[in-house]
Amino acid sequence: MSALLAGTPLKGRENFAIAVVALAAAALLPLFFDPLSNITNNCILAAAYVVMALGLNIVVGFAGLLDLGYVAFYALGAYTIGWFASDHFSSVDGGEGFHVAAGEFASNLPGIHLNFLLIIVVAVVIVGIAGMLIGLPTLRLRGDYIAIVTLAFGEIIYRFAINGDEINFAEGYKLTNGRQAISPIDSIDLPFFAPFDSAFSLRPFYWFCLVLVGVVLLVNFRLRDSRLGRAWIAIREDEVAAASMGVPLVKTKLLAYATGAAFGGISGAFLGSYLTSVNANNFTFGFSIFILAMIILGGLGSIWGVAIGAILLSFINTYFIPDVFNTVPSKFGLDFDLTILNFGIFGFLILLVMVLRPQGILPERRRALELTEGVGAGDAIEVRTP
Amino acid sequence: MSTTTAIADPRQRLSDTLREAASKYGLIAVLLALPVYLAISDLAQKGTLTDLGNNLVLGLSNGAIIALIALGYTLVYGIIELINFAHGEVFMIGSFVAFGLWGTFGIHEGMGVPGMIVGLLAAMLAAMLVCGGLNVMIERVAYKPLRNAPKLAPLITAIGMSFILQNVGILWLGSSQASVPDLINQSHDLLTVGGVVINNGDVLAAAVTIPLVLLLTTFINRSRLGKAMRATAQDPDAARLMGINVNTTISMTFLLGGMLAGAAGLINLLYQTSIWYLQGFQAGLIAFTAAVMGGIGNLKGAVLGGFIIGVIQQLAEFRLGAEWTAVVVFTYLIMIMVFRPQGLIGEETREAG
Repeated sequence: MSALLAGTPLKGRENFAIAVVALAAAALLPLFFDPLSNITNNCILAAAYVVMALGLNIVVGFAGLLDLGYVAFYALGAYTIGWFASDHFSSVDGGEGFHVAAGEFASNLPGIHLNFLLIIVVAVVIVGIAGMLIGLPTLRLRGDYIAIVTLAFGEIIYRFAINGDEINFAEGYKLTNGRQAISPIDSIDLPFFAPFDSAFSLRPFYWFCLVLVGVVLLVNFRLRDSRLGRAWIAIREDEVAAASMGVPLVKTKLLAYATGAAFGGISGAFLGSYLTSVNANNFTFGFSIFILAMIILGGLGSIWGVAIGAILLSFINTYFIPDVFNTVPSKFGLDFDLTILNFGIFGFLILLVMVLRPQGILPERRRALELTEGVGAGDAIEVRTP
Repeated sequence: MSTTTAIADPRQRLSDTLREAASKYGLIAVLLALPVYLAISDLAQKGTLTDLGNNLVLGLSNGAIIALIALGYTLVYGIIELINFAHGEVFMIGSFVAFGLWGTFGIHEGMGVPGMIVGLLAAMLAAMLVCGGLNVMIERVAYKPLRNAPKLAPLITAIGMSFILQNVGILWLGSSQASVPDLINQSHDLLTVGGVVINNGDVLAAAVTIPLVLLLTTFINRSRLGKAMRATAQDPDAARLMGINVNTTISMTFLLGGMLAGAAGLINLLYQTSIWYLQGFQAGLIAFTAAVMGGIGNLKGAVLGGFIIGVIQQLAEFRLGAEWTAVVVFTYLIMIMVFRPQGLIGEETREAG
């Protein structure tokens, strides 16, 4: 308890300073490369994954609810932008389209076109509600059952995304475009800024995503040190004790799901716009595990750890596996590319971290104690059933 | 619980009984909804139940495979309360091993029946041994070091293991679905009972599953090791005090589960005549649903759940199309988890209740 309270204000300022310096340094990074450099592209993806991983960290790291269906929120966020910022619903208003503060180019296209800032608001609402709906059935369950129910939800959303082109609400109103992808998606067009154009420069996307990361980091730190954040940690450590101390379980858990989901949705909407397409093929179970691996690698519950884990794993995925080590198997006379094994590599990393260093690269102090006390030291105090 | 209700007034008791009945039979009612609806619509449209009968037969043979996998989940969960997430992948490896051995043993479509039976039996035994061994190894590497860690830790390593095995599958036979020779002439109509067709594949599924399940039940109920397993499942610490080697018992449980998955791998290969690295993920989740449906930790429940889920899956595939099967099965999974987490014949556990 004392460790939690001691020096919170100082720690808060410290974190704020680190965040400002880190983000400022990161903001300068793309200036050293070509505007269309692949490195900038990788950095954008890494930043988007940081947002997602920080969202999942709220559910898994703070509240201790293992969510294996996080991809559902990515999918819903991406479909929000797919539905409301493309010509997917092309027969809206008799083919005239429906536009709210859309960019100059998008304003003349059929379909629904909302401004990206509005999309973010809509995505947060849709995905937040979805998060609560998915959370509802898990409220009575504990531990591994929660994991399976969320996994099932993730798979159901994936199937709807894949088969959504069979579902027609009316002529020209398909739910999704399945594996054909909804494309093109409007580019980001913010007020007071020139429209983002990925054919011309990737830097605006990167800076925009850094702003998102900054906001999400701030929200994460403030939430963690708030009454709600302490309630999440209390639930994680002992649900019964937390409930008897007056923590409202239902509300607290649902808020964890909704908040975590909202970040996934924001990131999903951003990725949809950046990649200019929303393809159902991206929403597999593997993606949930990809994000989960980030927070396990970084350290469950540790905000900085999770950010580092996300950056690391993202670069392993977009740079180290395809560009650096891809030819390694052929050097040993093996006939395959390393890229086909990326999920095996993530699986191996999860396994390794969980067995050798369960607290992750940059652990949160409380979590590290929890995870290590059981191995040997805890036996004398508490007999756990294996 | 029972003493308080006995003292309480009769009205109270009636509402309690009603609630219990609703929780017990509600799930059965939900399970029956789909088949009954289909039966009625069949009768109304065609006047016969042939479609339903055919689907039931197909569903039960599918269910036999699912039941074998579900037994592996339930055995492991019963003893260490862990969802062995990699179990579906063990089943997949079973298919791969069996398929590899067809080449080694020279089993091909044209050969005589006795030769084929011997060859397939040998392939099945080999697949069972490999999968059993693999499952034991998975336990050693991924779960045993985490025996005292929080419960979610081994679940996470299980997921990691599952991805590793999937990639072994990719390296082995590539990342696309491949068809394999139809050795037993799977869809050949063996006999027709009142319009309902039973083909070779259905007979095979029953012929392998039923003896294996009987063997397993006998083993667990009669043998010394089975007794040790049941004791460990009840209370590992007490079992240890009674001189049972808990680690060996756990390893044996994984061995048995893996062997059943290996057998299921071979039947699936002959039955579906296709093979790919993702078959285990899908089948694993479906089998897990079956295990939960029957009541996880309960052997009879796993078999019952396997057959029920097999039928549901088949009916959904027939009516809605194969692409929606998973949605139906997972919806059932969520409903069971929410309304009756202890399953059809399972007991209430701390985790579920």
